[in-house]
Amino acid sequence: MNETIRDILAKVGNLPVPAADLAQDADLYAAGLSSFASVQVMLGIEEAFDIEFPDNLLNRKSFASIAAIEVTVSQILKAQEAA
Amino acid sequence: MDMQTNFLDRLFDAGLLIETGVDGLYGRSGEFEDVIAAFERLIDRFGGQDGAEAMRFPPGMNRAYFETSGYMKSFPQLAGTVHSFCGNDHDHMSLLKCMEVGEDWTKEQEATDIVLTPAACYPLYPTVARRGALPMTGKLFDLQSYCFRHEPSKDPARQQLFRMREYVCMGTEQHVTDFRQSWMDRGVEMMKLLGLTVEIDVANDPFFGRAGKMMANNQRDQNLKFELLIPITSVAKPTACMSFNYHQDAFGTKWGLNLEDGAVAHTACVGFGLERIALALFHTHGLSTSDWQEDIRKILWG
Repeated sequence: MNETIRDILAKVGNLPVPAADLAQDADLYAAGLSSFASVQVMLGIEEAFDIEFPDNLLNRKSFASIAAIEVTVSQILKAQEAA
Repeated sequence: MDMQTNFLDRLFDAGLLIETGVDGLYGRSGEFEDVIAAFERLIDRFGGQDGAEAMRFPPGMNRAYFETSGYMKSFPQLAGTVHSFCGNDHDHMSLLKCMEVGEDWTKEQEATDIVLTPAACYPLYPTVARRGALPMTGKLFDLQSYCFRHEPSKDPARQQLFRMREYVCMGTEQHVTDFRQSWMDRGVEMMKLLGLTVEIDVANDPFFGRAGKMMANNQRDQNLKFELLIPITSVAKPTACMSFNYHQDAFGTKWGLNLEDGAVAHTACVGFGLERIALALFHTHGLSTSDWQEDIRKILWG
């Protein structure tokens, strides 16, 4: 999952630094993730993991770091399995 | 919806708005315009001493600037583009034939270099960027334009072509956020003087689609947009008559707006929905300005 997320960040995150070098808990907004790019990342993750973010998780916090994205995606995957 | 249609019908009956057959596209009477002119003078009384540079652009903007602005990323559903016939004699004959038999004659229309202005400040950013670096003390601009948003509605407070008066501030983060706060205070004071019930609330723009849901949540989380709300056709859902927007350095980065020390400028804008404010006044004080309380009339007309 970690690699997929980093791939998506590298492809659509439009970051000035290589996504592979980012620390797990590095603040992605501080690293240069724009509001619009974060939306592209969200759409990329939905496609890669075949999930849909519920409205309450469509916010900055869910995409604040690679670790945060992992937690959010795991949470959604778990909810989908349970459903 | 009933309240909205009802108020719209009353405005038509009173002759304040003039029906055109298209929802959200109306003519205005002299009396209606007189209220807008008086309110704009009140804006000048509050903001006139701030040293803003006034600019007036027509309600159409350069399509290239519109494309750079990123408007289509966020609000494709609201945009209005200007298309024209660009064919030869033969094409003209086809066009007329098409119209004669009632077929769609607009398919062959081609996009021109003009897009309808979606917000009064859109033509400003590239204009200022061309001038070079901004002074460290910042800059203030005064704009007013008819704006277009494609959202047909029976709500008279949601028109497709309406006027927006704006002040736009460019400078450091502190400078532009102070500017925004000062107009939130002034806005409340102005509306209270006019006997209008106001509240200020955090808000979001009508971003398109699911991606837009996230943009809207982000905008709210960061307190980037506030609106001054006045009840017009609903008390439960009052209408935004002013908005106070902090763009951070988004427009500065996009347009290359820099301060003299090379830092990217932050920007903020304060917008007045002029038709909405006039409608709030008519709704609150009655459909004939001659019946308005003397103290309200005095503030508007002296």
